[in-house]
Amino acid sequence: MGKKSVIPFGPQHPVLPEPIHLDLVVEDEVVEEAIPNIGFIHRGLEGLVEKRDFNEMVYVAERTCGICSFGHGMGYCEAVEQIMNVEVPERARFLRTIWMELARMHSHLLWMGLTADAFGFESLFYECWRIREHVLDMLEHTTGGRLIFSVNQVGGVHRDLNEDQIRYIKDNLDKIEEDMKNVEKTFFGDASVQKRTRGIGVLTKQEAHDLGAAGPFARASGLKYDMRLTGYEAYGKLDFEPIISTEGDCYARILVRTKEIFQSIQLVRQALDMLPAGDLNVPVKGMPNGEAMVRIEQPRGEAIYYVHGENTRFLNRFRIRTPTFANLPALCKMLQGANYADVGILVVSIDPCISCTER
Amino acid sequence: MTQVKRSPWILHYDGSSCNGCDIEVLASMTPVYDAERLGVENTGDPMQADILLITGGINAQNAPVVKQLYDQMPRPKVVVAVGICACTGGVFKDCYNIMGGADKVIPVDIYVPGCAARPQSIIDGIIKARDLFQKRSEEHDALMKKQKLERKGEKS
Repeated sequence: MGKKSVIPFGPQHPVLPEPIHLDLVVEDEVVEEAIPNIGFIHRGLEGLVEKRDFNEMVYVAERTCGICSFGHGMGYCEAVEQIMNVEVPERARFLRTIWMELARMHSHLLWMGLTADAFGFESLFYECWRIREHVLDMLEHTTGGRLIFSVNQVGGVHRDLNEDQIRYIKDNLDKIEEDMKNVEKTFFGDASVQKRTRGIGVLTKQEAHDLGAAGPFARASGLKYDMRLTGYEAYGKLDFEPIISTEGDCYARILVRTKEIFQSIQLVRQALDMLPAGDLNVPVKGMPNGEAMVRIEQPRGEAIYYVHGENTRFLNRFRIRTPTFANLPALCKMLQGANYADVGILVVSIDPCISCTER
Repeated sequence: MTQVKRSPWILHYDGSSCNGCDIEVLASMTPVYDAERLGVENTGDPMQADILLITGGINAQNAPVVKQLYDQMPRPKVVVAVGICACTGGVFKDCYNIMGGADKVIPVDIYVPGCAARPQSIIDGIIKARDLFQKRSEEHDALMKKQKLERKGEKS
């Protein structure tokens, strides 16, 4: 029996772009327990509802996180629209879906790059981020922003796609699909990737369910759980099946997210083909009075938005439950019994978004 | 462009930003923008870093972390505040948990605006930081030389 010692992991660590602190109780090389400590990025964003009115709050909600910013803005708008009984025009619903899927692609590519970086595959990291720049180009071309788009508003969107832009997106999607096939070959054919990911951090279906895991992380363990199936925005009209894998290890997580990028490409194509004509937004009258809860599928999993208003310009309460917060208990479970050298890749494998979690 | 004699290494720390600027800092290191052609390299170790890129505002919990990272870096060092949150607190200025920009706890030399700061402006900040680092290390070298000579004089 070795001596037990506590190794601090983070808040500043090479594999982490964001600060999270884990106290790892280590015996020899094996992690016995992981105690998370969060709060390094807590800003108190939800409290800003007292100072910003419900229209301005869209821009604050988008800045919950720079990676899933579109989803946060959309979730917030949906919740306020639900309170105020606003019927969003069909074209706006499709546009939101298109941008949401493009955002999912850039988020997943970012994650794949960071994973490659976590196991030291530098060139694969660069390749993933090179492809991601094409997605960002599309987003910048259509919304004007690279990461924070600010195209949502309560009652719809305020940017449109013209014919040129639609053609541009379609051409670019073909290119990305081809590039992705090359990256996929490396991820699933390379022996060094397999060595670092196969059988590492296995989470069974039952554990994932009990610990409340969400998103691609849960789907990699075999839970068929995708909020897009509830058919919000235009998802009800699109044809897709959630991607699941049954192995539940790091390899399965890469597999699920890679396939989801291809799925997103298909979804954007479908949505562009079906894009109906019509208005972009409807004028909103009155003040929000009542409460609403909205669940949407962010790139990292299910996010819940709760909004409560009392007939004033300023909302009473705004609350976000983010997917990474739901995934932390499962991460701590996964770290028990893991090898110390695998901690970095295990933490990255849940796709942690700490600024969402702490807001 | 000035002649570069040193390759400063970069340490990036996320204060309490929304992630947007962090991702742009990483993106400016990757092939499309490739800040590494300027002779800089991203490192995870504060003890080997010369330039600190800090994103996001300062709150009660990360203030000691930022301070410690700054103190761990060897002199001479340059601090770049990336993004409007690191400059002033930005959109989150009115939040109850934000004390303000990075200059609340450490001296900041270069401010890069933007929400999120674009890779082009981050690279501009890095170039300015590199030149400042060059200047400071020359001053530092001159000081060290002077001190060495003084010590020699005392001995003899």
